[in-house]
Amino acid sequence: MEFTRRDTLALGLGAAALTVLPIRAVAAWDDVITAFTGGAEVGEGGLTLTAPEIAENGNTVPVSVDAPGAAAIMIVATGNPTPNVATFNFGELAGSQSASTRIRLAGTQDVVAVARMADGSFVQTQSTVKVTIGGCGG
Amino acid sequence: MKIKTLSAIAAMLVSTPFVAVADEADKDANLVVNGEVELVTRAPAPAHLEGAVDEVISGWLFRTSETQSLQMDDFDNPGMIFVDQAMDDWGTAVGSEGKSCADCHGAVEDSMEGVRAVYPKWNETAGEVRTVAQMINECRTDRMGADALGYTSAAMARMEALISMQSRGMPVNVAIDGPAQETWEWGKELYYTRTGQLQMSCANCHEDNYGNNIRADHLSQGQINGFPVYRLKNAKLTTPHGRFKGCVRDTRAETYGTGSDAFVALELYVASRGNGLSVEGVSVRN
Amino acid sequence: MAIGVKPRVKAPKTAEVGEVVTIKTLISHKMESGQRKDGDGNVIPRSIIHRFTCDYNGVNVIDVEMHPAISTNPYFEFEATIPEAGDMVFTWYDDDGDVYTTTKTVAIG
Repeated sequence: MEFTRRDTLALGLGAAALTVLPIRAVAAWDDVITAFTGGAEVGEGGLTLTAPEIAENGNTVPVSVDAPGAAAIMIVATGNPTPNVATFNFGELAGSQSASTRIRLAGTQDVVAVARMADGSFVQTQSTVKVTIGGCGG
Repeated sequence: MKIKTLSAIAAMLVSTPFVAVADEADKDANLVVNGEVELVTRAPAPAHLEGAVDEVISGWLFRTSETQSLQMDDFDNPGMIFVDQAMDDWGTAVGSEGKSCADCHGAVEDSMEGVRAVYPKWNETAGEVRTVAQMINECRTDRMGADALGYTSAAMARMEALISMQSRGMPVNVAIDGPAQETWEWGKELYYTRTGQLQMSCANCHEDNYGNNIRADHLSQGQINGFPVYRLKNAKLTTPHGRFKGCVRDTRAETYGTGSDAFVALELYVASRGNGLSVEGVSVRN
Repeated sequence: MAIGVKPRVKAPKTAEVGEVVTIKTLISHKMESGQRKDGDGNVIPRSIIHRFTCDYNGVNVIDVEMHPAISTNPYFEFEATIPEAGDMVFTWYDDDGDVYTTTKTVAIG
């Protein structure tokens, strides 16, 4: 397939339009985070979110969170119709402030984790997960 | 915008996820379950595949490392929930005879060892090739006085899973000669027969194009050594005939029926293409 | 009771005093999200497990608030500190009011 200069330009524009699509506004995921933080300032660092770069199926995506010293960690799927995923509250006998689970992602999107640290401060991190759509429904 | 540009965008759309997914698949991984059960995921192709493929490859090798890892620990494998349930079923009396599977067969670990590896198999009494699912239903209707299970029902899938687990690690070794040969030949014919509006045969995807992508799906060889399979897509067990039906439907054809003679023949043939690969018990796929 | 709900838990039978152990849990549940429609176009009502807790001798290890984005057959992996011999109690709370529990005993040694 040959690409002329004009084609390439148009291709770039088309691609740009396409990349915008996945981050269209769906639900107020930031409101979900605000409800968790109470509007407090959210910093960075000390929180690890592990998620696959590419998920073979959005129905079962393994994710892990780890924030030493956290009281609670919330996971939010920014592109889901219901952005709330889970909140892990760590008790006195938690062996670490880490947990893994499997989640549903409605499509390619950013997954956000927010941790409430023991001192009441908040940190946040995020990871983009590409969700592939299979060719075979069978 | 010229048509060529549109098709260029389409080409990019199509190709981008393909490359990404293909890169993710870990083709050199070794499948060891619970750190102790080593499964053969690559084997020299059986003699009858000469000229078609040189090596037979488990579908596990076509999956991403995240999906692969789900099968490497029986606790991480969600399919094991259903094996647990089937273990309960095994010891539960059903039907008018008040018998359970265990009443005749004893411990499943002993009586069902190696069974899955050699099925579908010629049944002398019936005078035809029978699948494990058919044998389960024969027990239910003829010996337990119970209703037959739906051929691809959840209850059937989990009992097949329990039985399959008792052959985990053994090489698939279905007989294709002798009385089974005629059925096998028919299965082979079906494998290469194009169906549906898309005019595609099993071979078009799983022999000619394994390792390539169809949209974002990374095509495997379509081996069934891992069946029943826990699919992330629908979060439950899928049986061989359930999967065949899905594939044939995707060619936009009226499918053969699950449990039909045609699918039994196809199951024997497809199983024979995996002779030499390990029975995986309950696999996990996308 | 939701049909076919069956918990699986992987926890060590023994541990040292103060040892941090890995716990894995899996429960069979469809986790109907409330986002799907049936063949007639009617929304299938939400029916999920919305909370999971793990306690050891009455002291909390983890308390998880769950939403419909948790996959079918919910899975959790986390760590617990074992201060003494005792019982680890796992509890799942279903939208329909059912509560599923299972207990694992941990010995010291």
